[in-house]
Amino acid sequence: MSLTTAHSVVAPSAGSKRIAGAIIIAYALISIVPLLWIFATSFKTPPDSIAYPPKIVFQPSIEGYCNLFTTRTRQTPEYINSLGPATGFCDETVRKRNMVIAGPSNFLPRFVNSLVIAFGSTFCAVFLGTLSAYGFSRFKVPLADDLLFFILSTRFMPPIAVAIPIYLMYRELGLSDTALGMILLYTAVNVSLAVWLLKGFIDEIPREYEEAAMIDGYTRLQAFWRTVLPQATTGIAATAIFCLIFAWNEYAFAALLTSGTAQTAPPFIPTIIGEGGQDWPAVAAGTTIFLVPILVFTILLRKQLLRGITFGAVRK
Amino acid sequence: MLNRTAETVARATPEPLARKVRGISDKGLAWLFISPTILLLLAINIFPLFWAIYLSFTNYRANRPNEVVKNLGFANYQRILGDRDVWIAMQTTAHFVFWTILLQTLIGFTLAWLIDRKFRGHAFWTTLILVPMMLSPAVVGNFWRFLYEPQIGLFSYVIAFVSGIPPTSIQMLSNVSLAPWSIIIVDTWMWTPYVMLICLAGLRSIPEYIYEAAEVDRASNWRQFWSITLPIALPFIMLAVLFRGIENFKMFDMVNLLTGGGPGSTTEVASITLKRQAFESWRTGYSSAFAIILFVAVFGLANIYVKALNKVKQR
Repeated sequence: MSLTTAHSVVAPSAGSKRIAGAIIIAYALISIVPLLWIFATSFKTPPDSIAYPPKIVFQPSIEGYCNLFTTRTRQTPEYINSLGPATGFCDETVRKRNMVIAGPSNFLPRFVNSLVIAFGSTFCAVFLGTLSAYGFSRFKVPLADDLLFFILSTRFMPPIAVAIPIYLMYRELGLSDTALGMILLYTAVNVSLAVWLLKGFIDEIPREYEEAAMIDGYTRLQAFWRTVLPQATTGIAATAIFCLIFAWNEYAFAALLTSGTAQTAPPFIPTIIGEGGQDWPAVAAGTTIFLVPILVFTILLRKQLLRGITFGAVRK
Repeated sequence: MLNRTAETVARATPEPLARKVRGISDKGLAWLFISPTILLLLAINIFPLFWAIYLSFTNYRANRPNEVVKNLGFANYQRILGDRDVWIAMQTTAHFVFWTILLQTLIGFTLAWLIDRKFRGHAFWTTLILVPMMLSPAVVGNFWRFLYEPQIGLFSYVIAFVSGIPPTSIQMLSNVSLAPWSIIIVDTWMWTPYVMLICLAGLRSIPEYIYEAAEVDRASNWRQFWSITLPIALPFIMLAVLFRGIENFKMFDMVNLLTGGGPGSTTEVASITLKRQAFESWRTGYSSAFAIILFVAVFGLANIYVKALNKVKQR
């Protein structure tokens, strides 16, 4: 069952194929418009971004990106003239609006938090998940089905529901608003996916490899390390990307449990305010930067996608 | 030596290698492999769950940790089940789950059915369609707020352009009857690809010979669709509905950013009520009871549904 093998003998006629193609292409183009609009807005000036009718042709500007990465203060033209020549592209762009750069904004630290928390939790979830998946796949574990269902069921809980006791627990342990706390939490959320996905991948690796290795004198652990792990690399990589995407995109826990130092980008981006309301080009710039890694991963992952989104319940 | 090897292999085949390896039995190793995950889940999921159960019987308030905690018995549960606002929130949630699943299943299945025709370049367009579901619902929800702005947003512009209604009257987010639809539209935009992908797997799992046989029997296309395509794809469609149902029952991020539950409480789904009670009113005990009720509801519904799914699969 692959996404690319042909199956239908009742070969659809060329005409019906063409109609199907036209509808699909139309749907794809319409559904991608909001994203193209985000991208275009990130290169508009704030007045252009709120022009009516919406501007499709506009003079591109990097003001959105400048506003995203810096904080600015309004100054008199005299003061700005007295500063001497502008340093760099952003400075120049911002000065055109009678502003000067006052310092860096919070975006970069929030983005770094997203990176640290997403990669940290992914590493832990995949590490724990690989061990458990191997355990469930190769050993007779008492109550294995119940344990696996228990692991899956931790995903049924609405995040807000778990957030209350976790908030209290983290407050006691001093983990509130720390990267470590978020890493632990996302690891716990992701490990269910990791175990289920990786068990599917490891089940497909023939046991004979390990048995042969063990007959050659390797211990169980050495056999796992030298034969199973290398065979499972693709599965592990795919699992890692799914965990990464989840941790990267997560909002509910991040919004409720972090407020400052450990805040990630998803709750931060909506709070970017400019003069007189939301600074849409800056928001669009933040969104664009935030989306790029996901777009790359989507293309890399498209063959594994089905397995990942169904917990491996549907094999590819 | 040879004998021992043969013996090992013989023992290994059905019940693999139930023997001791350098001091650690397989049982011990299994425990070693599995326990870190179980311990983590116990610490971060089960312990908080039990804590929430305990809190749900009390009047604890997280913003007043020094107050004496009183045991209320089932009073919180009674109040929730008798609370009109809670029932309204549950209705709103059910309304969202119903419409998003209906739309996503219809559109998703249709798309999958069309893609299954393998027109030229279908792989590329399929990948393009999948992009929205990979994004962060929060970031997407926030940006759709911009698209929905009545005076400046692209969405209202396009609707106004097509329908001739003045753009100022297309108040997607602040009009009481439109606000729920503004969320349903974004959710459908974002998650239809998900349903599509699972349906596509279902359609691709139908073996060719069945259609061949149907052709020989001169079954009409319509008949083939109803007696072959749909029944075989049904377990897949149901799986998609299950996953989307659970997710949308918990829906929080998109609602919180698009409307925050408003205008009034027209889009206040269960998660938003829960957040207000827990993190704005700080009624920790009360909201814990609500959380437990929600959890039991998801768990129960999912279990009933999985039974139905298994029945369909066995047919």
